Amino acid sequence: MANSKVSQDTGDLVLNRVSKFYGDFCAVDDLSLTVPDGSFFALLGPSGCGKTTTLRMIAGLEEPSQGTIHIGDNDITTQKPYRRNVNTVFQNYALFPHLTIFENIAFGLRRRGIKDVKTEVENALNLVELGHLAERKPAQLSGGQQQRIAVARAIVNRPEVLLLDEPLGALDLKLRRQMQIELKRIQMEVGITFIHVTHDQEEAMTMADTIAVMNQGKIEQMGSATDLYESPKTAFVANFLGQCNLIKAKVQSRAGGKAVVTAKGHTFEVPLSRVSTDNDSVLLGVRPEKLRLDDKGINSIKDCVVTDRSFVGTSTQYLVRTPWDLELVVFEQNDEGLHDLHVGDKVSLEWDAEHTFALDGAQDINAGADLEEEE
Amino acid sequence: MSTLSAAPMPSLSHRASRWFSRNLIRIYAGLAFIYLFIPVAYTFAFSFNDAGKSNLVWQGFTLDNWKNPCGAPQVCSAVANSIQIGLLSTFIATVLGTMIAFALGRHKFRGRTSTNLLIFLPMATPEVVLGASLLAMFLNLRVNPGFWTIVISHVMFCISFVVVTVKARIASLDPRLEQAAMDLYANEKDTFRYVTLPLVMPGIAGAALLAFSLSFDDFIITNFNSGIETTFPKFVYVSAARGIPAQANVIGSAMFFIALFIVIIGQVVSRQRKKS
Repeated sequence: MANSKVSQDTGDLVLNRVSKFYGDFCAVDDLSLTVPDGSFFALLGPSGCGKTTTLRMIAGLEEPSQGTIHIGDNDITTQKPYRRNVNTVFQNYALFPHLTIFENIAFGLRRRGIKDVKTEVENALNLVELGHLAERKPAQLSGGQQQRIAVARAIVNRPEVLLLDEPLGALDLKLRRQMQIELKRIQMEVGITFIHVTHDQEEAMTMADTIAVMNQGKIEQMGSATDLYESPKTAFVANFLGQCNLIKAKVQSRAGGKAVVTAKGHTFEVPLSRVSTDNDSVLLGVRPEKLRLDDKGINSIKDCVVTDRSFVGTSTQYLVRTPWDLELVVFEQNDEGLHDLHVGDKVSLEWDAEHTFALDGAQDINAGADLEEEE
Repeated sequence: MSTLSAAPMPSLSHRASRWFSRNLIRIYAGLAFIYLFIPVAYTFAFSFNDAGKSNLVWQGFTLDNWKNPCGAPQVCSAVANSIQIGLLSTFIATVLGTMIAFALGRHKFRGRTSTNLLIFLPMATPEVVLGASLLAMFLNLRVNPGFWTIVISHVMFCISFVVVTVKARIASLDPRLEQAAMDLYANEKDTFRYVTLPLVMPGIAGAALLAFSLSFDDFIITNFNSGIETTFPKFVYVSAARGIPAQANVIGSAMFFIALFIVIIGQVVSRQRKKS
């Protein structure tokens, strides 16, 4: 954008031991978080996990019960929302219905007494490619267009941090995909820190550099999409991001860079670097697409039975029952190596040691499963 | 293969009953409108009556009443009084009522629930009782009934309607819009001025119109508290005893058409706004 007044390199957003209570209910529980300046950060979690409350505290619409929030060296914990250089794209957009699109976008500029409103607004409208709609009212726009206007209205102010509260929740799937790419492009173009709150794990993984998975007011794990998916540290993260097979097991030995683990008479190997607990009772994890319908590997289970099969285009998903009645999910790519099994067929499973991970066995094995559909 | 055969002509009574059932809603609506507008049409028609003393029997067509609406003694000064009282009490009731509505709709305070209840009381109390007790109060305070006692009484009963109307509008306001304004660098004052007030304005305008028509229309409470002051409803009531002059019909009809005109203008404007 031309005529840039962006407050650049203002510093990271730091939440230090922030808690929020509503009466006895603890919405956000002793949360500490650093969002690097200029990054695209996602707060991911099921509804009620405290992600929106966290966002509202950063925006200044809620005050933390404890803890502090800084941008760079600037303590904004108790600052009024209109005093902090943070803007929000609200869920359902919250465009002002009585103002034109132009005036909606100009709103923040006018309140700060900025002179050249026209150029700034036009630039913002061009950024979201809706320059021709300036004189319309919000009600005359489609959901996708309103969404872009909401982004433009926030971004035109060049905030230090842009907050997005489930901004794509009201859009249909196709439009959502398109907007994900669009938002990513805008973020790269303007270089502002984006904090994106969502319950959609795919959305978070597509867009964000760093994802913090939240559950019950706490951060379960933080990292890149690949980190979280390939090396989850808790059962919640394993189940919430994609699908996961978890098997209750016992560690027999830890030596030579690997742990040997047994479950129901079967022996499996896990690299020690992928064991995230000192507990000997573990949950052995492996993603469905890492399982192969074969029996050559070190980690394998023989004498399984196919109990369900569904063809989903790029892959076939099987439900396979182990001899001890645990059901595992297997995705098989639809390429030349296809097995084409049917319900009732006998089959063996195998997977590589480096695709296995081991979590603390004291956790609920179903934590985080099937939560994302609740919304 | 099916062959086309001439369908037997449905019987006349069958067709009539079909026509009737298809148009039932229109017939019903038509009757309802006739019922609603017969009094208005009657008033309008008799505004052209060449009435002598009494305007009860049709005595021939004339435009004289319309040419000289102030022809009857006192009628125009009564209307002028009514308009003055209406505007004044509307203004005071709208300002006070809007502030009460914001307090009740937006803030939690001790006694909010009971205030909410008290606001409804003047609407629920019979007007005769209100009028009589107001008069008793004014006399006890040694205030002579007149123009200002009417204004005070009207403000009192209009406030309730204003509060209820404006509060409904405030309740339907999405709180996120105000949060969005705050997020976009508007402090509390600017948020109210640029977002809250414009969005509540249709409710306030509606409340003001309602208050004016209530005030202009009121007879019972006014009659108790007016002393020698005459308003239009009081004028009509008093003159009923010796025959209402046709000028009263002229003024009544004119009020009706002005109101109708305002409604139509409003519709046209809002439709054009939607189009553009």
